[in-house]
Amino acid sequence: MNPEELHYTQSHEWVRIDGDIGTIGITEHAQKELGEIVYLELPEVGHLYNADDEFGTVESVKAVSELFIPISGEIVEINRAAVAEPGIVNDDPFGDGWLIKLKVTTDDEIRKLMTADQYAEYVEAEEKEK
Amino acid sequence: MKFLPTSDADREAMLAAIGVSSVDDLFASIPASVRQAPDLPPPMSEIEIRRFFGGLSAKNAHAKDCAFFLGAGLYNHYVSAVADQMLYRAEWLTSYTPYQPEVSQGTLQSIFEFQTHICLLTGMDVANASLYEGASALVEALLMADRLVRGRRRAVLSRGIHPEYRETVLTYFQNLGLEVVEAPLAADGRTDVSALAGLVDETTFAVAVQSPNFRGAIEDWAAISEAAHSRGALFVGVVAEAASLALLMPPGEAGADIVCGEAQSLGVPMHNGGPLLGFLSCRTAHQRQIPGRLVGQTSDAEGRRAFSLTLSTREQHIRREKATSNICTNQGLMALASNIHMSLLGKKGLREVASQSHAKAEYLKQRIAAVPGYRLPDSAPTFNEFVVEAPGPAASLLSRLARRRILGGVALSRWSREPADARRFLVAVTEMNTREEMDSLAQALGEAS
Amino acid sequence: MSVEIDDPTAGAAAPALGDRLHPEPRHEPLVFERSGAGKVGYSLPPLDVPDVSAIPAGLLRGEIEGETEITEVEVARHFTRLSRLNFSIDENTYPLGSCTMKHNPRINEEMARLPGFAASHPLAPEEVSAGTLELAWRLEQTLKELTGLARVTLQPAAGAQGELAGILMVRAALAKTGNPRTTVLIPDSAHGTNPASAHFAGYKVKELKSNARGTLDLDVLEAAMTEDVAALMLTVPNTLGIFEDRILEIAQIVHAKGGYLYCDGANFNSFVGIARPGAMGIDVMHMNLHKTFSTPHGGGGPGSGPVAVAESLVPHLPRPTIERRDDGTFFLDFDRPESIGRLRTFLGNYGMFVRALAYISSYGNRIGEVARGAVLNANYIRAGLTGVYHLKYDAPSMHEVVFSDKRQAEKGVHNGDIGKRLMDYGFHPPTISFPLSVHGALMIEPTDTEGRSGLDAFVAAMRASAREVEEDPEIVLKAPHTTPVKRVDEVGAARNLILRWKPEGSGSGTGDRKS
Repeated sequence: MNPEELHYTQSHEWVRIDGDIGTIGITEHAQKELGEIVYLELPEVGHLYNADDEFGTVESVKAVSELFIPISGEIVEINRAAVAEPGIVNDDPFGDGWLIKLKVTTDDEIRKLMTADQYAEYVEAEEKEK
Repeated sequence: MKFLPTSDADREAMLAAIGVSSVDDLFASIPASVRQAPDLPPPMSEIEIRRFFGGLSAKNAHAKDCAFFLGAGLYNHYVSAVADQMLYRAEWLTSYTPYQPEVSQGTLQSIFEFQTHICLLTGMDVANASLYEGASALVEALLMADRLVRGRRRAVLSRGIHPEYRETVLTYFQNLGLEVVEAPLAADGRTDVSALAGLVDETTFAVAVQSPNFRGAIEDWAAISEAAHSRGALFVGVVAEAASLALLMPPGEAGADIVCGEAQSLGVPMHNGGPLLGFLSCRTAHQRQIPGRLVGQTSDAEGRRAFSLTLSTREQHIRREKATSNICTNQGLMALASNIHMSLLGKKGLREVASQSHAKAEYLKQRIAAVPGYRLPDSAPTFNEFVVEAPGPAASLLSRLARRRILGGVALSRWSREPADARRFLVAVTEMNTREEMDSLAQALGEAS
Repeated sequence: MSVEIDDPTAGAAAPALGDRLHPEPRHEPLVFERSGAGKVGYSLPPLDVPDVSAIPAGLLRGEIEGETEITEVEVARHFTRLSRLNFSIDENTYPLGSCTMKHNPRINEEMARLPGFAASHPLAPEEVSAGTLELAWRLEQTLKELTGLARVTLQPAAGAQGELAGILMVRAALAKTGNPRTTVLIPDSAHGTNPASAHFAGYKVKELKSNARGTLDLDVLEAAMTEDVAALMLTVPNTLGIFEDRILEIAQIVHAKGGYLYCDGANFNSFVGIARPGAMGIDVMHMNLHKTFSTPHGGGGPGSGPVAVAESLVPHLPRPTIERRDDGTFFLDFDRPESIGRLRTFLGNYGMFVRALAYISSYGNRIGEVARGAVLNANYIRAGLTGVYHLKYDAPSMHEVVFSDKRQAEKGVHNGDIGKRLMDYGFHPPTISFPLSVHGALMIEPTDTEGRSGLDAFVAAMRASAREVEEDPEIVLKAPHTTPVKRVDEVGAARNLILRWKPEGSGSGTGDRKS
């Protein structure tokens, strides 16, 4: 269920690369764990981040989760539709529920991220811990 | 024991079901070396408890057997019989925080109504479900302002803020890298606004002023609001005598960003200083940084109006060390008492309480000013409390009065070492005071000095 | 709806909550919606002095727009009706883990309302406050005896403020030696107030992962316990209801590095009168009078959070302390230069002191019976539900037991759903939001208040719910069915914030919400 073309983090974000633009969101697994999302706190356009920086939070009624940026870059767009109606992230986390787009500053960070298969294994191992 | 409903036979059956032979076996994980029965007296019956506590109660002078003029942040206002009797209902008294809305709609709706009353009285958009009491409410308001105005470390506090509130702020601030600067009072008893304005700069995240202030003087909210906002600081209005909100311009009408303080005056007995009723209200734009519990309106699965706790992700049980506050418990029962009180008195009654308190205080001011040797050092307008300067030390004067069943005021020497303050005391008047009591205080002051 | 119980020893479950509530509609308008121009709910004596105002017009307000006009009859009915929408301990078992929902003896309420306490003022002269001071002093002596520690401050308004006071005292004591240190250690099972309080005392928080038994891993502690660590904040027994049986070694490890052992006393109900924290090596401990000592929870407060401390922390107690002179009189001591200062106004939640001392007096030297009852009850529930619900940690339980929804989750039913279903059986749900170290927790604390028949009925309801999950999960997923309102849309409340009523004509009122 995790799209093959995306790259994944251990904190359950994904990145899609189109040229020098990276689109970032949270995974299906993450939205399911959080439950119905009620609020998104996202950065301003123009903000610069290094990989692993916290860039916002996503909140459900009973949980709050920090968002970590998978790769370095400058924010060029945030998903205002999702901010207005956070339920979009639950309904379509890999599509219309994306969170931010950034201009990627380096391409070697992407190789450190997980593939869809690796991420699926990682989630399975994490589930067993419970 | 009368509160323990397990019979000997039940206990045996329960131990058998658990598979142990004695209750002691269940405590095996506690090291034997630390087990010790307490050296306490034998159990007391209800009759003995009544006798013992009744004896302690009788040693105290109180508002029901004295001419009573004590205030300084805690006031003897009218509380209706219906309010206190409602608090005895088990559904209010013996329930807990409404985590489960389907079986807590009573508490939730009452908090929603309380939040509304506080908004109406303070002139603000949003109020929380209550905080412990006024001093910690001010701390929470300042910490909230610090989160809203990032990168500034200094709060300017008027010296007209209750000294115990200011001391509490210092306790909380001491390890958070936050700093307090105090703005002086002018000769008339109010905050020296031009001195305050001079202390506000680009490092100031909040300006907090109390009105009526600790000396009873009514502050000019509008001027203070301007001083704060002109340098980008938030204006925190502090109210320790909430009965005044029905008569005086509320801070919300003068541009306050946060209003906080003590709502004990609105339906909560004095309880020798606690439990009290802290409150905090703010602008809609700042609601996500409000500390403490909040109730919101929503609907149930059948579309009917219902209420639930909301924005819980701000709180410690979810956000832990990143929470907006470490507060967990609020003052639920006191907020209920206050909701009942405000609802009963309503638009007219709250106003009448405030205006009677003021008129009576004005009467007593005149009476005391006419007693030889006494004067009123402050010239600013007051609401229901004012400073009196006696010819001699105030604390011993007040002790002499107390022996005559007159609790005539609170000596400023408790908080101030300034020589002039040794002869000064605060006198508070409410709708509970009669003309006769006020006349007796004036007469006693004349005789005692 | 009828509910079948499969446990013949249990008898019938308590009747459904809805049966005892007033008939439809169960909806009560807001007090503001009952308002009508000209109605009055109060009366004051006529003003007996000249009706003057000495306040300039610019400092006054107009009418309080939107405030009520309503009669006493309507107010009495409104709040009586609202009250009936609440579940309470006086009605039935309220097994909300970590909250210690026990019976609130009414004698305590009566004593707190004696005029010498309820109508007294803490700033009255000392000579006419002998009784209030003596009562507070006696409560301190009693709590000293129960904790085995040197002194107690009664000032903190609730447990969380007690935590802050305790950690601030630790900080003050360390600062005196020249280094306040940087970090507080907190196990992953701790209540959220612990890390929040440590943060507000200026410390970083390091979380310690529990071992497979659910207790503190001594190797993990040993490794983390450096000279940068100011304190270990330990809940005893922990929030899983498990007593740290190696508490003496834990204290040694912490003390060997010059740190302090803080005890979150939220669970004191499980060993009050049985064992003394001071003897365990605990240096500082807050208690919750509204948990262990039966002061009422009141729909969410007031609490009261006294803190007991070892000798080394006594100079740093909040100001003022209550002292007894040689002649037996009492006074407040403000002259404490090493005090952490003040955490709030006046002396604390005094009304709770009266209630707590009355409660302890009812038990006297038999107060340990409270802990014995609480621990027996929790273990009885554990025995009744083991095998039905998953028990992540099987170490011995003290006053509470934490199951999880692991089995039921396979059917798509979670702890929250099971809790809602319990409402239909007439019980308040267990705590489900924590401990975070148990996924899908069902944290059950029956307290000393329950007897065997009540526990049997609760166990039967839990078992019946589990069977429903197997046979008809929808009935659990859609629960509750018999409460005054059906499942409440908490997501809607958070997405579309309506936090107050607004008067007509001033923007959106409460009627026009979305959806």
